[in-house]
Amino acid sequence: MQVKVLIFGQLTDITGLSELLVTDVSTSNELIESLTGKYPELATAKYVVALDKKVISQETQLPDNSTVALLPPFSGG
Amino acid sequence: MAYKQGNPRYQRQTALKELGDQGQEKLQDAKVLVIGAGGLGSPALQYLAGAGIGTLGIVDHDLVSLSNLHRQTLYSADDTGLSKALRAQEILAALNPEIDIISYNEMLNSSNALNIISGFGIILDGTDNFASRYLINDACVLLNKPLVYGAISRFEGQIAVFNQLTNDTPVPANYRDLFPDPPGEGEILNCEEAGVLGTLPGIIGTMMANEAIKLITGIGKPLINTLMTYNSLNNLMYEMEIQAAEHTRSLIPADQTEFRNTDYEWLCSSRSELEVDRVSFDRLINDKSATFIDVREPDEMPFITEFDHIKIPLGEILENAAVVDTETIVLFCQSGIRSLTAAGALTEKYGNSKKVYSLRGGILNWKNLKRS
Repeated sequence: MQVKVLIFGQLTDITGLSELLVTDVSTSNELIESLTGKYPELATAKYVVALDKKVISQETQLPDNSTVALLPPFSGG
Repeated sequence: MAYKQGNPRYQRQTALKELGDQGQEKLQDAKVLVIGAGGLGSPALQYLAGAGIGTLGIVDHDLVSLSNLHRQTLYSADDTGLSKALRAQEILAALNPEIDIISYNEMLNSSNALNIISGFGIILDGTDNFASRYLINDACVLLNKPLVYGAISRFEGQIAVFNQLTNDTPVPANYRDLFPDPPGEGEILNCEEAGVLGTLPGIIGTMMANEAIKLITGIGKPLINTLMTYNSLNNLMYEMEIQAAEHTRSLIPADQTEFRNTDYEWLCSSRSELEVDRVSFDRLINDKSATFIDVREPDEMPFITEFDHIKIPLGEILENAAVVDTETIVLFCQSGIRSLTAAGALTEKYGNSKKVYSLRGGILNWKNLKRS
């Protein structure tokens, strides 16, 4: 069970990487928990979660080899 | 003004069979409002004016500053210190004298937003702060206006079309379906702190104009209920579909009265648009139409002799600002913090009836730079 995580914008300041592989998680909440354990600053960051290019707002099962994107809001213009 | 067929100004786009004279007529009948005539607004306005949008509105209360010019392609060095909305109107009228251009040289807020937005068919959000973005989103939901959203940060941009009804999407998504609540102060950096390459808003702002033209003419597939991100360093684009969530509507003011009573500035704690830089400050001094107020305590050094001003310490600003009879008030203090607080308080007090600015970096910085 493996999930690819894409990190956007200033969230990469926290993770140091724009792409991560996470194993042994089966739901979106477990994934976020695992990432927050590794990168504690994610706990206070604001971002939206998309699973396979669809924004999700509640706990969702992660299919094997799915891609999850974490996208923070941008305000600049 | 009725569209005259075969107008050579539009020949290169009417030659597209997908657009043609019929598409040009739709552009001629369209009313598009661009909020923020900065990095995103500049290219968007230029292309929309060039394309022949019949009525083009521009909202911006800011002044052109030197640090804008690397990305805000509408303006020239001679424009620094001048109103963006008014300069943009002149420049765009010179580009295309056949369209109507309306400028709103004022800060969009919950008292004027519904009046301004209701006069247009499509809204482009090219603002640079969250207060404006939530304000515009909520106003567009209340008024059922399609919203073309664009935003940038460092090397990345976001673009989406919100609030557009289609047969496939009977419940259109809006910005709050992505980010339900505004971030707090300091949670997200703005352009000034984070930096931005000039080409990025050029690309995203041009895409915003492109989406607007597609919506108006009915060609192609606009980014309805879809957020697209673009990374200018690796040229990667990524799209994600946004679903309208049931609870989102409860986050938006229930009606226009509740909207008018919502303090978006406070919700997002963004006050940076009240600040002017040294060049704009000098321009305001030379202009001689503004009242300058030193909000430091009476005995604070250095005393300022370079320009006329009055002294009202921060603690007395609300009671004593009534003596000011000019439309524009410029505040300064030692480092720019107290004057910004005062500017926030006076803006709240006067709303749009006065323009209030604070000297960024304070008078010490201004004097040092004068000397160097």
